[in-house]
Amino acid sequence: MSGSTPNKTEPAARRDGGASVPAGRARDAAWRRVLWPLLSLGVLLLFNLFFAPGFFHLEIKDGHLYGTLVDILNQGSKTMLLAIGMTLVIASGGVDLSVGSIMAIAGAAAAILVTQAAWPFLLVVGVCLALCALIGAGNGALVALLGMQPIVATLILMVAGRGVAMLLTDGQIITFDRPAFVFLGNGHFLGVPFTATIVATVLALTTLLTRRTAVGLFLEATGDNETASRFCGVPTRAIKVLVYAFSGTCAGVAGLIAASNIKAADPSRVGEMMELDAIFAVVVGGTALTGGRFTLAGSVIGALLIQTLTTTMYNLGMPPAIAPVPKAVVVVLACLLQSDKLRSGLRIRRTRGGAA
Amino acid sequence: MHTPSPERLRARHLGKSFPGVTALDDVAFTLRTGEIHALMGENGAGKSTLIKILTGVYRAEAGTIELEGRPFSPASPREAEAAGLSTVYQEVNLIPTLSIAENILLGRQPRRMGLVQWGAMRRQAARALERLGLELDVRRELRSISIALQQMVAIARALDVQARVLILDEPTSSLDEQECQALFTIMRRLRDQGLAMAFVTHFLDQVYDVSDRITVLRNGRLVGEFATDQLPRLELIGKMLGRDVSEFAPAPDAPPATGADAPPARIFLQARDLGRKGAVQSVDLSVRQGEVVGLAGLLGSGRTETARLLFGIDARDHGSLEVEGQPAAMRSPREAIRRGLAFCSEDRKTEGLAPNLSVRENLVLAMQAGRGALRRLPRAEQQQVADHYIQALHIKTPDAETPIRNLSGGNQQKVLLARWLAMQPRLIILDEPTRGIDVGAKAEIEKLVGSLRERGLSVLFISSELDEVLRVSQRVVVLRDRRKVGELEGELDEQRVLNLIARA
Repeated sequence: MSGSTPNKTEPAARRDGGASVPAGRARDAAWRRVLWPLLSLGVLLLFNLFFAPGFFHLEIKDGHLYGTLVDILNQGSKTMLLAIGMTLVIASGGVDLSVGSIMAIAGAAAAILVTQAAWPFLLVVGVCLALCALIGAGNGALVALLGMQPIVATLILMVAGRGVAMLLTDGQIITFDRPAFVFLGNGHFLGVPFTATIVATVLALTTLLTRRTAVGLFLEATGDNETASRFCGVPTRAIKVLVYAFSGTCAGVAGLIAASNIKAADPSRVGEMMELDAIFAVVVGGTALTGGRFTLAGSVIGALLIQTLTTTMYNLGMPPAIAPVPKAVVVVLACLLQSDKLRSGLRIRRTRGGAA
Repeated sequence: MHTPSPERLRARHLGKSFPGVTALDDVAFTLRTGEIHALMGENGAGKSTLIKILTGVYRAEAGTIELEGRPFSPASPREAEAAGLSTVYQEVNLIPTLSIAENILLGRQPRRMGLVQWGAMRRQAARALERLGLELDVRRELRSISIALQQMVAIARALDVQARVLILDEPTSSLDEQECQALFTIMRRLRDQGLAMAFVTHFLDQVYDVSDRITVLRNGRLVGEFATDQLPRLELIGKMLGRDVSEFAPAPDAPPATGADAPPARIFLQARDLGRKGAVQSVDLSVRQGEVVGLAGLLGSGRTETARLLFGIDARDHGSLEVEGQPAAMRSPREAIRRGLAFCSEDRKTEGLAPNLSVRENLVLAMQAGRGALRRLPRAEQQQVADHYIQALHIKTPDAETPIRNLSGGNQQKVLLARWLAMQPRLIILDEPTRGIDVGAKAEIEKLVGSLRERGLSVLFISSELDEVLRVSQRVVVLRDRRKVGELEGELDEQRVLNLIARA
């Protein structure tokens, strides 16, 4: 930046033609977006602090960390991974309903390759993820090239994908005991569950990939106004295919973890309803369903919020059948908390302009 | 002078501010019974804000409004409408996929026992259109009729409620001359019936044609209220711009492209028999390096459609296109951009802006797209580019990180221009670059076009304002009914263009 006078204070008044440069204002805005999901998570943890004894208890056994918080991190890993992929799809103005089914396909394919074909595990992972990327790209092609509504395009695979997975396993549950595969979802790395390491890695890579390249800008522009972006020469179609392929890949990773958790591929049950959890996580995290601006960190926090809630309800002994009710309440509350309109209406904060 | 008629709407000391911008400061506005009152001002003068407060979109932070003597502070446009204040917006604000009748009566459909009475609704809608002298099949989908007709439907809708005050926010920006006159006839009739109308427009001719009084705003403050017949045109412009009238320099004279001594510049773009079914029949067009070519014609003559073919947005059915002598397929905007073209669309909202992204992001978007996804423009460089153009084009914004939707129309347009100038294109297509922006910004943009030409850039200039096209262009291509009907060079005057358009 040149030697002008950036970063003084808030620009007090409009100065014709002049433009001061409050560096980091974009970053401030990014922080504001994750502030409210973070706050919601804080409230929920606070609740547990008072009502769930032992919730914050941590202990180290055999060099591994154990406790409820660690469980949340471990069990929430699948939703977090799905949410990361879903964030980009939603930012593009779409939605991916097929992630649960892709999880089933990934698990089934991996179990077969590990047991019947006996391939090396890393090769299995590579092939499965490539397959999921390809399936996701197929979703993207339906949306971007054929102009299909995202909800319809991915609904096809949501319904059919599970059938494909059943076909692969012949309707059976395939069990395996390959140590590397079992480690994926159950092992520890540096004292914490390996799944947490996976999530952290995927989050970091995705952030780098979107923010250190122009992919993030293209994606937000496409979601905000696709026509204008296309007229600017933004490869909007390629961007769309890319995000669905990426979402498929994330679902693939989640599917492998899910299979590893139970040491088996269970295509009829795995990942059921998880696409909705992922969408919840993204919306609660502060990315609007209408597309445009997105926050990956927010979505991960949103996923943690949902998992914490689930765990809390188990701890309180709530029957799983009625668990969706409090979940819905929290989702609504978290979304309301983010609504600028509501907040300014309640005068929690002073209004800051028209439709901010 | 006769005694002034009673005040119907009276606003005093209105104030409103947005982050970093004071939009209105102690503004007064009075509408009298049976008058057409023009509201004038440059970009950012506060016209839109004032109207949004009157119509209940925004709340004033200071001041009072009275409607027929009673306090009036609507919390929503619906509330304002119920109190007798209706609005027709600049951009048609209806639902394209519903029928004309439904659009006119939406929310007020005649009902019996909760069920919509379709017959009564159609008759009522047809009556509403009749008042405007329009005969349309009200069962048609709104999107199947032209934008101009859609605007008329919006006016019919606004009039159908028992309006005491009608606000017309740039209703004429997409109407042609004949349609404007039809609208003015209606407006005069409504005035004689005692309706109070506020009229926002950027066309000075229309202000003098139809308005009784004028209120001028500048930079969020009231400049004054004047009787139209006592305020000469030049003085009005002076008041809007807030400077001495003589400072208001005309656009640089556009000399003929080729002096007698200079050899003609090389042709940059050449189109022959360009056409696409349902859009353009046949257009021949060439643009030389450093030349401004105007594209003139009435609404619907195929100007924008031609531009879309040139820029690869729509594929052509027939004809050929050459850029610098090389045949060009022009299958996509990407290809057009790669070949050095730029296109500033007439429709800022749907084809130009990414509203929630910042000024900086909007500005560098095309540039970044040209570099590809992997070669990200470093943040500091983005900032430099943004700052440079904010200063060079006098873009009024608190800073480069402000979402572009917070800027006024003229400033948004400047950001979009900057987006393309930053690409350093060889040919820039400007489609209605001055639509919906004020006189001052218009002059600035005309001046800019002149300086671009001096730097060797070619410009294809599209505008429905003929005098503007003639001022900036060296050559004018005239379209009528989706085909080229002639080309003028040298002595450009309105009469010759009109003759071409009118010739049977």
